[in-house]
Amino acid sequence: MTIPPTATTAASLDPKRVSRGDRPVLLRLPPRAAFVLRRIGRALVSLGVVVVATFLIVHLVPGDPVRAALGPSATAELVARTRAELGLDQPAFRQFLDYLSGLLRGDLGVSLRSHRPVAATLAERFPTTLVLACLSFLVSMLGAVPIGVATAVSAWGGRRRMVDAGLSWLLGALIAIPNFLLAVGLIALFGITLKAFPVAGWGGAAEAVLPVAALAVGPMAYLARIVHVEMLTVLGTPYMKTARSKRLPARLLYLRHALPNMITAALTTGGLVLTGLVAGTVLIEAVFVIPGLGSTIVSSITAKDYPMIQGVVLVYAVLVLGLNLLIDLVLATLDPRSSIMEG
Amino acid sequence: MRSGLRRGLLGPQGVVTVLGTLALVLVIVIAPHVWGDAATTTSVADRLDGPSAAHPFGTDDLGRDVLARVLVAARLSVLLALGSTVIAVLGGVVLGVVATVLPRPLRRLVSALIDILLSFPWLLLALFFSVIWGANAIGAMLAVGFAGVPSIARLTYTLASSVADRDYVRAARIAGVGRAGVVVRHVIPNILPPLLVSTAAHASAALLSFAGLSFLGLGVQAPDFDWGRLLREGIARIYVNPMAALGPGIAIVLTGLVLNAIGSLTGETASRTPRRPAGRRARPAKRASAGERPEPAAVVEVEDLRVSFPDAEGRLVERVRGVGFSIRPGETVGIVGASGSGKSVTAMAVAGLLGAEAHVSAAAVRFQGIDMTSAPTAAERSRLGLELAVVFQDPLTSLNPSLTVGRQLTEVSEVHERVPRARARSRARQVLESVGIAEPHRRARQYPHQLSGGMRQRAMIGMGLMGRPRLVIADEPTTALDVTVQRQVLRVLHEARRRTGSAILFISHDIALVSGFCDRVLVMKDGEIVEELEAARLDEARHPYTRALIACVPHMTTDRSRPLPVIGDLAEPDRQDVAEEARA
Repeated sequence: MTIPPTATTAASLDPKRVSRGDRPVLLRLPPRAAFVLRRIGRALVSLGVVVVATFLIVHLVPGDPVRAALGPSATAELVARTRAELGLDQPAFRQFLDYLSGLLRGDLGVSLRSHRPVAATLAERFPTTLVLACLSFLVSMLGAVPIGVATAVSAWGGRRRMVDAGLSWLLGALIAIPNFLLAVGLIALFGITLKAFPVAGWGGAAEAVLPVAALAVGPMAYLARIVHVEMLTVLGTPYMKTARSKRLPARLLYLRHALPNMITAALTTGGLVLTGLVAGTVLIEAVFVIPGLGSTIVSSITAKDYPMIQGVVLVYAVLVLGLNLLIDLVLATLDPRSSIMEG
Repeated sequence: MRSGLRRGLLGPQGVVTVLGTLALVLVIVIAPHVWGDAATTTSVADRLDGPSAAHPFGTDDLGRDVLARVLVAARLSVLLALGSTVIAVLGGVVLGVVATVLPRPLRRLVSALIDILLSFPWLLLALFFSVIWGANAIGAMLAVGFAGVPSIARLTYTLASSVADRDYVRAARIAGVGRAGVVVRHVIPNILPPLLVSTAAHASAALLSFAGLSFLGLGVQAPDFDWGRLLREGIARIYVNPMAALGPGIAIVLTGLVLNAIGSLTGETASRTPRRPAGRRARPAKRASAGERPEPAAVVEVEDLRVSFPDAEGRLVERVRGVGFSIRPGETVGIVGASGSGKSVTAMAVAGLLGAEAHVSAAAVRFQGIDMTSAPTAAERSRLGLELAVVFQDPLTSLNPSLTVGRQLTEVSEVHERVPRARARSRARQVLESVGIAEPHRRARQYPHQLSGGMRQRAMIGMGLMGRPRLVIADEPTTALDVTVQRQVLRVLHEARRRTGSAILFISHDIALVSGFCDRVLVMKDGEIVEELEAARLDEARHPYTRALIACVPHMTTDRSRPLPVIGDLAEPDRQDVAEEARA
């Protein structure tokens, strides 16, 4: 016996469908304000999870973290004193409250290695990483949109199939090469063979060229591919036919009529790319010996400098959450239909 | 599935993938036995040599052969990456399946947690976990594995939820199978194939992440070595011997490509779709009509118009076969025909709006003396923009969703007449009012999705009225609208024609609508005009197809107890006609 999947049986079987839609509405807000509030709420919940996770780092490490950090040669007295300094002799709940109140005051503790406040070190290192990530994002966006649009326009309607196939192969290859390997290749070619750019350090524009290129090329190729596909979809829409029927010049056709309709998709992908870029800086900073957050987290993990690790992880997490929030808010502002606000 | 797999393996991509996989497995199995000594024997005399015949990649600071080390490192690198993949897949599947089985509040909690974890890039999660498990090979394997859990869990959860909604799972639940039983018996077997496909892709990502961690010094520690470790050692001496850094890099990229290829091959065989072969393209034959002068009496002149499109195999198929007609100033001409009769293609050829894939040849296609088969000059473009308007079928998709209605109206005047924006705006408001849109001030500032269907189509007509239209091509302008709105739109079109003196080319499949609206009717079938007659004398139609079309229209006197007549040819429209309809 088979049961016909009628609407009534489906609804009565699935509790989700019955209750969906009649959730009690406590407060009626304009959709945009409601979306912004909901999105900020979600970011705060994520932040809470992150704070708990960073707090737990010290407690999740197998064995005695203080002994591990100070090494086997440290005296028992030093270990006990450090334990007290870190507050690890307190009950766990008390420790968490101290951690929270420290965070609210901007106090992230003191490094076990340098004995400097963690917050001070982070304040020195953070701008470098932020500049590196933002520069790379800008370069990848500014490169990807024209490349994607131009290739889509030239390939539209099945023209130049060979060029199109070759280009998509090239983009695929650039996406597949991880940034730290690309960095090695760039150093070998531009730094050593051609001696065109410095291969290490940070400060001037010349020093930024290779790291930014290594970070930006992969995301740029990825974004260009997304823009290309989106642009082809947009070019095939009836409203583009309408625009062509007005005999608009190519500039208006592509910039005014096509671009705004694919920028949402490009930015959504861009958001993913941006957080990926933040992670990518860790490796790129290591390759090019750039004094940013990445070098800090790597050296503090090696040295088991737990207060410093907690601080850096927290900053990375806040950066990623903040960027995600920013991208969503920008998307909600840009897209007049704001499909994102329904989610 | 099996024959699909065989075809996949025998294709050029399949052969490369199989060879790459075999080579990788071979290196993993034999390299430590064959090159193990060369990779670990130190030789102070040979230290830091550049590439040579004896050492193709040179030697490291203890005189060990770099190429041998790269080959030997394959085993540890790949095994650790596979270990991480296994951890990620097992953890992800368990978490994802558990999340589907949990009661609703808990399910939402777990799902939200997965989402939060997913918002962090893999490498950051891996760094976090490597803090906990320590900077060594096993710790890094656990870290990379756990960092991959959220994405696999999300995939499993999504797949499992979609399966859980299917009818056979519902039926099983009605039959009294418990939640866990449903998961084991119905959900897991169904989500396994897509999971396996993504596992291969995941392995490639794990390989790269692991190399990254080892490169940072957080993975494999000396004296062991994997590719990431070799890269770390190599880059410190990149000035002395670049191959010491490039060698392991190349190995990582090649192995990543092999793993990716395995993934895409399994993916392709699992869901093999016929791919569209590249079509051969012939240059469209354009017969120039330099000698003939256009008759000033006609707005549109079409002679022997032929349009072909490449089909799925790339062969040209003629959709419009030798069509000829003309339209006098101010005349309303209708083209009727079934789907795929070529009426829309004909109209788009007149408008010069066929896509690049269309092959057009004609003795003449002229609008106001402009040759529509060749690219227009700048002056001609301007004239076309002002004098030729097109109203498409679905006003929602034909208006640009990201531009305000006002902006879409004003740009014709701004671009082609160089009217200042303020003047263009006030003209747009007048035009909107003339097509019966109340509150034109407010409506001009709105986006298309904020207008009703009828209003959008009237705005679309208004767009054509911004210039000095000599011809409005209306391509099924009322098909997407409901009956009462259809009347309004037709009235607006009629009124526009009366005021501007523009001719109208009206495309429809509805002969009743056309005969009521037009002066003259062209009946198209299979790409040809089979009959041309005055709308008022439709009942004198001689062609059996026209008569059949008319017979299909129900009248007040039609016997409603009998089924309406059906045109025999339309009972089985061939597939190419449908394809043409989709393209047009």
